[in-house]
Amino acid sequence: MTEKKRFIVTEEPISVDDVIHKVIRRECGAITTFLGTVREFTHGRRTLHLEYQAYKSMAEKMLADIDKEVSEKWPEAISAVTHRIGRLEITDAAVVVAVSSPHRQTAYEANQYIMERIKQIVPIWKKEHWEDGTSWVGDQLGTTSYPEGKPPERSFE
Amino acid sequence: MIKVLFFARLQDETGKESIEVDKTNITVDDLKQHLEEEYNLSSLSHTMVAVNENYADGSTTLKEGDTLALIPPVSGG
Repeated sequence: MTEKKRFIVTEEPISVDDVIHKVIRRECGAITTFLGTVREFTHGRRTLHLEYQAYKSMAEKMLADIDKEVSEKWPEAISAVTHRIGRLEITDAAVVVAVSSPHRQTAYEANQYIMERIKQIVPIWKKEHWEDGTSWVGDQLGTTSYPEGKPPERSFE
Repeated sequence: MIKVLFFARLQDETGKESIEVDKTNITVDDLKQHLEEEYNLSSLSHTMVAVNENYADGSTTLKEGDTLALIPPVSGG
């Protein structure tokens, strides 16, 4: 495993190989990778491109916090996440999550857990540039609210 | 002074990435209300906050030099 930073928010295109190389090690028998890509059609509405914005320093910190949760639940898992921000075109990878572990079940489960937590607590926002307008995702009234003023802890199992 | 950071729709509404507010010893909820009025923002009731990069709740008291980030529902991934 390299000493490179494992949790990154960047404006550069993501190299999947780079993310994988941060988690590969002799003890692992499985590596799962998840790529979140820019989709053209959402419920029939056409996206031209997306724009991602982040509170970068906090986002990288929250990704590292998610890693601590993962280490508690799956001590044998090692993870790395790179999230891209700025303007992304259809089919571009917005996020890559890689998890290594001795056996595959942990690698699958921890990878899914990380993605769910990213969508709950990491301060990154996506603006849809539709054919017929723009909108920040997540700001539609009533779709997401936090009664306690902050996101739930570990609500994904 | 308290530094306030705006993101996503709030950045669009204010036209700013950040501002400095000349207040201290004010709770997060009171400062939110002040900002809603001052900048004519749509409701901040569903907006989370982070104080110095940690999620915080509305009763937190802000001190001199703190950074308050207003965090609309996130949509990464």
